[in-house]
Amino acid sequence: MLDDLKELYQEVILDHSKHPRNFGKITPCSHQGHGYNPLCGDTINVYLELDEHECVSNITFDGKGCAISTASASMMTDVIKGKKMNDANTLFENFRKLATGECEEIDAGEDTERLMVLAGVKQFPMRVKCATLPWHAMHTALIGETEISTE
Amino acid sequence: MNEMTSFDVEKIRKDFPIFEEKIHGKRLTFLDSGASAQKPTVVLDAVRDAYTHTYANVHRGVHYLSQKSTELYEGARETIRAHMNAESVDEIIFTKGTTEAINLVAHSFGLMSLKPGDEILLSYLEHHSNIVPWQLIAERTGATVKAVPINNDGELLMDQFTSMLSEKTKIVAVTHVSNAIGTVVPVKEIIDLAHAKGVPVLIDGSQAMPHMKVDVRALDADFYVFTGHKVFGPTGIGVLYAKNELLEKMPPYQGGGDMINRVTFEKTTFATGHSKFEAGTPPIVQAIGLGAAIDYINGIGFENIAAHEQALLSYATTQISALNNVKIIGQAKHKAAIVSFSMNGIHPHDIGTIIDQAGVAVRVGHHCAQPLMDFYDVPSTVRASFALYNNRDDVDALVASIKMVQEFFR
Repeated sequence: MLDDLKELYQEVILDHSKHPRNFGKITPCSHQGHGYNPLCGDTINVYLELDEHECVSNITFDGKGCAISTASASMMTDVIKGKKMNDANTLFENFRKLATGECEEIDAGEDTERLMVLAGVKQFPMRVKCATLPWHAMHTALIGETEISTE
Repeated sequence: MNEMTSFDVEKIRKDFPIFEEKIHGKRLTFLDSGASAQKPTVVLDAVRDAYTHTYANVHRGVHYLSQKSTELYEGARETIRAHMNAESVDEIIFTKGTTEAINLVAHSFGLMSLKPGDEILLSYLEHHSNIVPWQLIAERTGATVKAVPINNDGELLMDQFTSMLSEKTKIVAVTHVSNAIGTVVPVKEIIDLAHAKGVPVLIDGSQAMPHMKVDVRALDADFYVFTGHKVFGPTGIGVLYAKNELLEKMPPYQGGGDMINRVTFEKTTFATGHSKFEAGTPPIVQAIGLGAAIDYINGIGFENIAAHEQALLSYATTQISALNNVKIIGQAKHKAAIVSFSMNGIHPHDIGTIIDQAGVAVRVGHHCAQPLMDFYDVPSTVRASFALYNNRDDVDALVASIKMVQEFFR
């Protein structure tokens, strides 16, 4: 029984959920997205600052969420920081496919391993939205929408 | 625990085949009856028998099966009338659940009686199904929705209720038992206070019906609604009890077959009694199943059920309170067997996922009661809700699984 759980709540996920990286707000920021999961009432805000080359120079998040969504947001900000906007959107698409089980594996270069850690969530269908919520918020911020609801 | 001699929980558990299932290889600890209750064999048999031996549409054919099916369907209505002590079967309307029953009252009675400036009085304890239908009607009529606040224990502030009840109030709609935290609301007192000002009252009995005997005439409730699946019956069936004098004045909610007297393209006259509000083919077999469920719980007896559940509630409250960093939300003096709690720094969804692996089924989330969650300033809680088939092993399994969560997040 603990195997699946340990796959989901790996040390690195527990660590990110207890000590989230890039937690806070960027004011003012160039892009901002709000994610809301009506199923549990969790909210996540993602703040991005893009430089003149459309490169993510800074990214942070805040909000209220479970261990999975908090860890996912924290790891996402680590992965996205320094990426070009187009690459960030590709990573979003790759991660979404991985978490929903649409793809078994992805090639995201040096980020592959970190994204695979979060993919343990696909064993728990009710929790997939927890992991994808911050990514959706990030994506909506980049494509110019402001709010995403995962229902 | 000293089980009452007339009530043997282990025997009761054998009436529910679900308890033979293994969940992730573990014994099932089912503490989510507040969301939906498990079904006893007598209900499953009633449903199967109805489809196997007596099934046909009701109120239409003159053939044998249609008559038989009608007899059973109307028999279930009589069972429910007797159970609630309604005066007449015309006051028992079958709906698809509590939600539809409240929407029926909001649309039919609400649209008929609400004007701009009027007030609909609810409470902070309401489920979304007793908030949103009223908001929709308020928007259409220009009426306002007001909510009576609670204290920290989760009890309704009755002095606030009294002062908020005014000549503007056109209906009071409150729950009998809070689905999220278990508070038993003093509905008799509320009805008496409202009636003193000529205001009718709707009681949402969804969470009360599995735990206590409800007598609508003793309460003098104007509307009393509940859903079948929480009281060990099938899904897709609910009940609206409404006083005849109100039903006679209320316009139909939905139009269709079965609810008419005579139809021409120029004008239609409507059936009377419950038929006016039951358009289309009703949930025939679900109603028959619900009748069987009501017979089943009456066979056990509410005194026995209440004594057993209150003993479990007290045991669970003591055991859960003793855990470190666990806080029970809602400590009303009068509670049904529901324990809602939160754990310091650990999100309810993580708790739910982890204890599920131990076979423990609880509800995590906002329980469709977001205004109440906002009051306690939590996005969600873990809710263990008990029914007549739960025992002390269930409480022990829950407590052990919470300890496992604490170990995990240490």
